[in-house]
Amino acid sequence: MTEEIIIAGFGGQGVLSMGKILAYSGIMQDQEVSWMPSYGPEMRGGTANVTVILSDDRISSPILNEYDTAILLNQQSMDKFEATVKKGGTLLYDPNGIIKHPSRKDINIYQVEGAEEAAKMESTKTFNMIVLGAYLKLKPIVIMENVIKGLKKSLPSRHHHLVPLNEKAITRGMEVVKTIQTV
Amino acid sequence: MAKELRLMKGNEAIAEAAIRAGADAYFGYPITPQSEVLEYLMGEKPYEKTGMVVLQAESEVAAINMVYGGASCGRKVMTSSSSPGISLKQEGISYMAGAELPGLILNVVRGGPGLGTIQPSQSDYNQAVKGGGHGDYKLVVLAPASVQEMYDFVEKGFELSFKYRTPTMILSDGVIGQMMEKVELSEYKPRWTHEEVVKMHPWATTGKTADRERNIITSLNLQSDVQEEHNLKLQAKYKKMEEDVMFEEVMCDDAEYLFVAFGSSARICQKAIQNAREKGIKVGLLRPITLSPFPSVIIRKYADKVKGMLSVEMNAGQMVHDIKLAVEGKTKVEYYGRMGGIIPIPSDIVKALETKLIGG
Repeated sequence: MTEEIIIAGFGGQGVLSMGKILAYSGIMQDQEVSWMPSYGPEMRGGTANVTVILSDDRISSPILNEYDTAILLNQQSMDKFEATVKKGGTLLYDPNGIIKHPSRKDINIYQVEGAEEAAKMESTKTFNMIVLGAYLKLKPIVIMENVIKGLKKSLPSRHHHLVPLNEKAITRGMEVVKTIQTV
Repeated sequence: MAKELRLMKGNEAIAEAAIRAGADAYFGYPITPQSEVLEYLMGEKPYEKTGMVVLQAESEVAAINMVYGGASCGRKVMTSSSSPGISLKQEGISYMAGAELPGLILNVVRGGPGLGTIQPSQSDYNQAVKGGGHGDYKLVVLAPASVQEMYDFVEKGFELSFKYRTPTMILSDGVIGQMMEKVELSEYKPRWTHEEVVKMHPWATTGKTADRERNIITSLNLQSDVQEEHNLKLQAKYKKMEEDVMFEEVMCDDAEYLFVAFGSSARICQKAIQNAREKGIKVGLLRPITLSPFPSVIIRKYADKVKGMLSVEMNAGQMVHDIKLAVEGKTKVEYYGRMGGIIPIPSDIVKALETKLIGG
C-alpha cells in the first residue's frame, strides 16, 4: 500500500497539523511516512499545503506532481491541484467558499461540510479533524485506534484533554462525507 | 528495549542527534530554512541535562570562530546555517582546515547567489566539495537524503571529523531540513570527560602539563618550506579519506542508464526510476553519500556497464563535472536540473533521460 496525498487550504485551517496527525498515525501502524510542507512567506496568511505519503515500503520522493488523493479546502487550492489527482484518484473538498466546483469526470469526488459541522460543534478548531474523518471514511488506511495514538503524539500533553473532542470530530466527519461522483 | 520512533523535521533531527551524540556545544545564528536547529535546542535546554552549551552568537562569523575555539580544546562542537550564512563562515572553515581542527557544520542549502531565495537548492555543491574558503583543503562532506540520515550523520560526521582532523559538512537542503519523517532515535551518549579528551586528543589545548610540550593551534606558517610540508601532510590526509567513501546503489544490477544524484534529488530520482521502468526503461540510481571523498571508483566501474549517466541536481550542473572526471570519457554524461528553489519533478527527469540520453 502506498497512498500519496496533498492537503491544501488557507494558512490557519490546520492543514499542516492534519497532515502531521495522519503521518503520526501511520507510524503507529508501522508504516513508512513522509510529510513535506510548503514553507515560506505564503504560510503567513496565504495558502498552505502539505504532501503526506503513507506506505508499507520505503518512500521514494517526498515531493510529487500527481496524487492518489487531494484534500482541497479553498478555491485557490482547487484551481491549483484538481488537475494533479491521478486518473481514478480521489478528490475530497469542503464546498464552503468554493465558486468553481471540480469538473473532472475521471476521478472520484466527495464533499465534506467541514466548516459548517465545526460551527455546529461550536469549535471551529475541530474543522481539520472533521475533514480528516471524512478522508478516513473514504480511505481507511489507518485504524481509529492508531489515529488517536497519532493525535496524542502530535499534541503537547497539556492539550491531551482535547483528544475526546477531536475524536468526536473525526467520527462526525466520517458520518457527513457525501459522494458527488464515483468512477 | 523497544526502539524509540519519532516524527521529526530534518532540522529537529540534527538537533536531537547532537544532544544524544554527546556534543559539547552548538553555536548558531538563525536563517531560513534551518532555524529549527537552534529553536529546537533552545527548547530542549540540553545545558540543564548534559551540560551541552547552546548559544545564539552575534553573527555567523562569531559562531564559526566559537566552533574553532571549542574544537581547539578537543571538544565536539558544531554550527549550522544556510547558504548566505555558510559563505560568511568560510574564512573560519579555512582556518579550521589549516589548523587541523574537527567540527561539524550543517548547511541547509537555499537558492542563490546572494540572498537568493529561501526555497531548497543544491547550488552550494562546489563550495562544499572544492574547499569553499581559501587555500588547498578539503572537508568531509556528507549528503543526507532522509531525515533518518540527518540524524545518523551527526554522530558519523563527528567521528570522521575527529578521525581526519578536518571539519565535516553535512550538505542538506530545504527539502530534507523541512520535511518530517520517521526517525529511530539512538541511546544517549555521555559527553567526553576532561580525562577522555586529554587521552584521545593529545593535540588539543587542554592545559599544559609538565610532562609534555605545549600544544599550539594555528594555521599560520611564515616559512614556505614548513608550509609546503604542512600542505603535503594535509593532501596525504585527504587522499586517505577515500577509504571512508559512501554511496548507495538503487536498482543498478540490470541498469542500462544511471541517474547520479545526491540528497533530495536522489529521492526524486527514485520516483523517476519507478516511472521510467513502467515504460520499460532500465534505469538505476547511484547516490553519492559522501560528496567528499567522491565515489569516483564506483562511478568509473559503472561507466563500462551503462549507456549513459544523467546527473540530476538542483543547480546549474556542478556535480556533473566530477562525474565526467570519474568516467574518463567511457560513457556519455548529461545533466538535468532546476534552479532558484524550483524542485525537479519525476516526469521531467524521465523526459530529460529520454531526450538527452536515450534519443540523443
